[in-house]
Amino acid sequence: MTSLIGRNLLAGAEPDPAGDAGHGPDHPPRVGFFTDTSVCIGCKACEVACKEWNAIPEDGLELTGMSYDNTQGLGADTWRHVAFIEQGKPLGRAQAGVDHSTVDVFALAARGSGTPPAEAAVTPTTPGPPSPDGRTELRWLMASDVCKHCTHAACLDVCPTGALFRTEYGTVVVQEDVCNGCGYCVPACPYGVIDQRKDDGRVWKCTLCYDRLGAGGEPACAKACPTDSIQFGPLDELRERAAARVEQLHAGGVTDARLYGESPDDGVGGDGAFFLLLDEPEVYGLPPAPVVTTRDLPSMWRHAGAAAATVLGGIAAVFAAHGALRKGLR
Amino acid sequence: MSTSNVGKDGITGERPGREAQVGAGLDDRGLDDRGRGGGARRRRRGRRGEQLMVPEAEFTSYYGRPVLNRPTWQPLDIAGYFFLGGLAGAGSVLAAGAQATGRPVMARALKISSLTAISASTAALIHDLGRPERFVNMLRVFRPTSPMSVGTWLLSAYAPAAGAAAVLDVGGRLPRIGRAATAGAALLGPAVAAYTAVLAANTAVPAWHDGHRELPFVFTGSATTAAAGMALAASPVAENGPAVSAAVFGAVLETGAVKLMEHRLGMVAEPYRQGRAGRLMRLAEGLTVAGAAGAVLAGRRSRTAAAVSGAALLAASACTRFGVFHAGLASADDPKYTVVPQRERLRKAAADAAGGPPAGAP
Repeated sequence: MTSLIGRNLLAGAEPDPAGDAGHGPDHPPRVGFFTDTSVCIGCKACEVACKEWNAIPEDGLELTGMSYDNTQGLGADTWRHVAFIEQGKPLGRAQAGVDHSTVDVFALAARGSGTPPAEAAVTPTTPGPPSPDGRTELRWLMASDVCKHCTHAACLDVCPTGALFRTEYGTVVVQEDVCNGCGYCVPACPYGVIDQRKDDGRVWKCTLCYDRLGAGGEPACAKACPTDSIQFGPLDELRERAAARVEQLHAGGVTDARLYGESPDDGVGGDGAFFLLLDEPEVYGLPPAPVVTTRDLPSMWRHAGAAAATVLGGIAAVFAAHGALRKGLR
Repeated sequence: MSTSNVGKDGITGERPGREAQVGAGLDDRGLDDRGRGGGARRRRRGRRGEQLMVPEAEFTSYYGRPVLNRPTWQPLDIAGYFFLGGLAGAGSVLAAGAQATGRPVMARALKISSLTAISASTAALIHDLGRPERFVNMLRVFRPTSPMSVGTWLLSAYAPAAGAAAVLDVGGRLPRIGRAATAGAALLGPAVAAYTAVLAANTAVPAWHDGHRELPFVFTGSATTAAAGMALAASPVAENGPAVSAAVFGAVLETGAVKLMEHRLGMVAEPYRQGRAGRLMRLAEGLTVAGAAGAVLAGRRSRTAAAVSGAALLAASACTRFGVFHAGLASADDPKYTVVPQRERLRKAAADAAGGPPAGAP
């Protein structure tokens, strides 16, 4: 652990948040999620696995009518949330209006699913060229959202009981036996992740499966993800992998692929759980450039001090101006 | 039918893993003429209303759903606490001033009101907890990055001082300790009144966070207004001169800070002007002006006029706190107030990096 003296721990890059939180020099490397939304198929296996493993209660069976997304957003009882977005936009060079009328499906079925990988670059059925007219442009974005386990976690900074803490893995976890439900972390989170469970009073959020990590396992959502859209591992490795994936997608014509939350220089010092997105973050319900609120805390305390001094001085001046009452009036 | 199989010797005919070829097409034709069109269809325009300081009124959201989770704090508990804590804190300063300048009735009334207000505050804070029986967990740690932790310790020092000041004054015992408690409460009082602004501002809620420079002055001004109102309502005409002046001071500080904040916030000030918060803020301003004017014009002559003016000032302070609270809720509920300022910041950063004037398009 390097010295904490003279460093700004409220904002900016911080290479070792677990070490700075007091975990010894032999603590495990910081781990996290890389969620590659380009391969998400919206199966919601992550949502189900998370609920099952963490024994999260049912939180209403509502139909939103807006999409397949009836989960709506992260909260006390939703620690993984799959967003669904339909757009009238092409996805790279993918062509939606391909004419399959001449394809002999029985012949294809006889070949089975064992299409040689070289021929399977696009689809096992690889039909003829697309018709120039019947082309439609549609893409369906799906993304599994989760707690970002920020380097500078506002929820942790503002917790008055110490219930939220930084684990040896660099993740942020609520101690359910300490939380007294003050609710301060809820509006502090710039991503709208943590929330209060109404009938319970305490706050809950993703623990990055702290219990599974301790046993050498990977988090339930990553384990259940059938397409490896959710990848778990040491953060350094995930960042390398993500950079390579973005390059690959750009080369493949998906020019709007970009990483979200991976930069240690962003407003929260980088996310422990970051994403590869195919559109602007706000399309997925994510804030485009969040900043940890405690970055501005020194300025807030200074202004509050000035305001308190103003009142103390102002009222003292008022009494000085009016002077003491004559004793006779008593 | 699959070519891979699992037998005694392990997996046979296994297909190698590979990266998904997302976005790969049958060929490269059509890429140039299609480009990235059609991206703006889901955008919605900013609502009509105040003139926007931020030019980029267009923004995208996920089905209009909020980015932030709504604060779970109950308005009556927390906005009520903002009001009562301010009344108590500024009241202690006025009480010390009244005591030092030979105004015993005003001093005693304010000491009692401060003790009552801070007791009710503590009750409201504990009531708002999801697990009230775990209130003492607040005293496990001291955390300067958590205004709620700082405030808990502040209250732990202030409340006994305010209590001792009131009890010893009414009981007429231990005058020296009573004076020390009065002085201690007067020194801690402004901090109690000011820290609640940091409590609200140290969140991701746009209307609170973005106003973090002015909000402490709004809160301490409002606290002074409330305490002056209490002094006007509870003291005889012969003693209430300083209360009238303090009312004017508080009213000017509060109203000025609100105006400055709304000016500087740009489009994020909208929640302070619209809906329930807007109505409360306008009511607060009207009551503040009316109460201060009433106090100046008739407060030193008529006991009734002073009491009515004082009540108006107390109500004004409460309206300000509830107004600020509801403005925060409204700004958290609409993704516009989260997304648009952040987009604007990115645009400015990109323009600065490019070294040229701000570009029109992102």
